[in-house]
Amino acid sequence: MEARTQNGVVLTLDHVTIKFGGLVAVNDFCLDIRKGELVGLIGPNGAGKTTVFNIVTGQYAPTSGRVLFEGQDITGWRPDLVAAAGIARTFQNVRLFTGLTVLDNVLVSQHLRLKSSFLSAAFRLPSYAKEDAEARARGMDLLQRVGLADLAREQAGSLPYGQQRRLEIARALATNPRLLLLDEPAAGMNPEETTQLMKFICRIRDEFGLTVFLIEHDMRLVMGICERIRVIDYGVSIAEGTPQEIQSDPGVIAAYLGEEED
Amino acid sequence: MKRRHLHLILTVALIGVLLLVLWWADRHLGEFPLRVARTGAIYVVAAVAYNLVNGITGQFSLGPNGFMALGGYTTALLILPLQQKQFVWFLEPQMWPFNSFSFPWYLFGLALLLAGVVGALGALVVGIPSFRLRGDYLAIATFGFGEIIFVLANNLIPLTNGPLGMKGIPEYASVFWCFGTAIVATLVVSNIANSSFGRAMKAVRDDEVAAEAMGVNVFRTKMLAFVTSGFFGGVAGGLLASLITTISPTLFTFAMTFNLLIIIVLGGLGSITGSVVTGLGFAIMSEVLRVVEAPIDLGPIHIPGVAGMRMVVFSVLLILLMIFYRRGLFGQFELSWDWVLSVLRATRGVRKWKQERKTESS
Ligand SMILES: Nc1ncnc2c1ncn2[C@@H]1O[C@H](COP(=O)(O)OP(=O)(O)OP(=O)(O)O)[C@@H](O)[C@H]1O
Ligand SMILES: [Mg+2]
Repeated sequence: MEARTQNGVVLTLDHVTIKFGGLVAVNDFCLDIRKGELVGLIGPNGAGKTTVFNIVTGQYAPTSGRVLFEGQDITGWRPDLVAAAGIARTFQNVRLFTGLTVLDNVLVSQHLRLKSSFLSAAFRLPSYAKEDAEARARGMDLLQRVGLADLAREQAGSLPYGQQRRLEIARALATNPRLLLLDEPAAGMNPEETTQLMKFICRIRDEFGLTVFLIEHDMRLVMGICERIRVIDYGVSIAEGTPQEIQSDPGVIAAYLGEEED
Repeated sequence: MKRRHLHLILTVALIGVLLLVLWWADRHLGEFPLRVARTGAIYVVAAVAYNLVNGITGQFSLGPNGFMALGGYTTALLILPLQQKQFVWFLEPQMWPFNSFSFPWYLFGLALLLAGVVGALGALVVGIPSFRLRGDYLAIATFGFGEIIFVLANNLIPLTNGPLGMKGIPEYASVFWCFGTAIVATLVVSNIANSSFGRAMKAVRDDEVAAEAMGVNVFRTKMLAFVTSGFFGGVAGGLLASLITTISPTLFTFAMTFNLLIIIVLGGLGSITGSVVTGLGFAIMSEVLRVVEAPIDLGPIHIPGVAGMRMVVFSVLLILLMIFYRRGLFGQFELSWDWVLSVLRATRGVRKWKQERKTESS
């Protein structure tokens, strides 16, 4: 695995462009993310940030360009195969399985690693029961680590918003990813919750050995935890650098001021 | 681990008790109530399987009548005695190989299994193109499938004997066959629903995009649910053919699917418990409601009997339910041993508490 990875690069976006009809939502986007990095993607509303994520995870196939994960070309792969390869994500608007319990939400993410056959599950053979029990134990273990174990039997849809966001991250972690994509994880959170979230993201990155790529509008979070920030506007990269460099970049300031004038 | 064993023992005990009850009923109940009960058990088989697709996986299929037709014809062709076959196909000769053999009674189980396999193949054929396409094509495709089967059954005379159908099918579908199959279908479907595959199905129902992003193969998951339901639909059709002893294309029209839709919605989409209860209840209610189809004399007013009135009653019931009680009788509730045990524990606790209070006050 490591051998294929050049200089520890986990994700490469190579001249990625996507067009929706006449709209070029992402234009000639290039990016390398190294193992263990925490990279932020920012930009005004409608800049194309979520679209970049959707291209990485296979929701959209790019019009041109390539996506490489650990050196392997995953351009246009089906989302479930991308997840199986080791990329997990959360959504800008929470998308939990609201009818399932908290534990079951996490267990869904382990389905891709199930070895037992459908028939062994249908007849609940001992081999299946054993594997299911192991998956449950792993699921509870994960919930424990993210502080949701007490809520394991609650319906996901009934959790307060902040915990739904946390569960969404836990569900992504349950796929056993090496790269985690977070789409506006702090959206709708108060400053206190955001502070907790920042600690949480740093903690899981270290504990789970993750590389993190996140989109966020909350500048305190972005400037606080990202090591490197990429800025896009109208689908085009306009700046990249450390939080200090980005904060003083005239192009970035102009893009954001331009947005405020609208 | 221990709890799992306890549940297994309880389940086995319950099935034992159920078999005893059936054995008693078989000997002491009259022909008519037994017939209603057998019909109810067949509804349970078909409804539980249908619910796996519509309730648990959230895909709107209108196909069970097509799968039941496949199973019904398969079983009839396999078990109809040779003599009877010659008698039935008197205009045109019957097709080979069905004109050359007939399953004896002890192969009825195999006939049902093959009926299930044919139903599952039908589901495979409809499912692959419907689920490959993005969007809700399933309802249209399955509805069309049922209609195609109807047309084929009417016209493939060497195979199906056309509109006349077949009569004199041996009545092997005893109380034990019907209820035995219902028990197996219910156990298998609830095992699936509570397994990792079932969680994937429910995830697809709740949010397909999120499910796929978490690594669920959406196409495969839908297919597994759909093919399983095709299998049990076929088995239910086979049982029905043997229960009624005659089949013709009109037995498996869309009205059958409509009945099943009422059953699963009434019971609660996604609730297997609900499908079992309403499946049996529907068979009973259909008989009870026969009175509304009979002519009624209210002194000077004479209301002539209207055939199909029962369906009107059921439809009105369904509409009322959709307006006032959307989730059906059981919502997504499932009867489980955990639930039963916790209720028992709770009532015992209450009794103990009452006793203690009594001794305190005295
Ligand atoms: N499937 C689609 N079809 C057509 N246009 C799309 C599609 N998805 C995204 N777009 C358009 O692409 C542009 C970028 O959208 P995107 O959601 O990536 O923005 P964003 O940077 O995530 O914005 P926000 O901060 O509001 O979340 C928008 O103009 C959007 O309308
Ligand atoms: Mg977005």
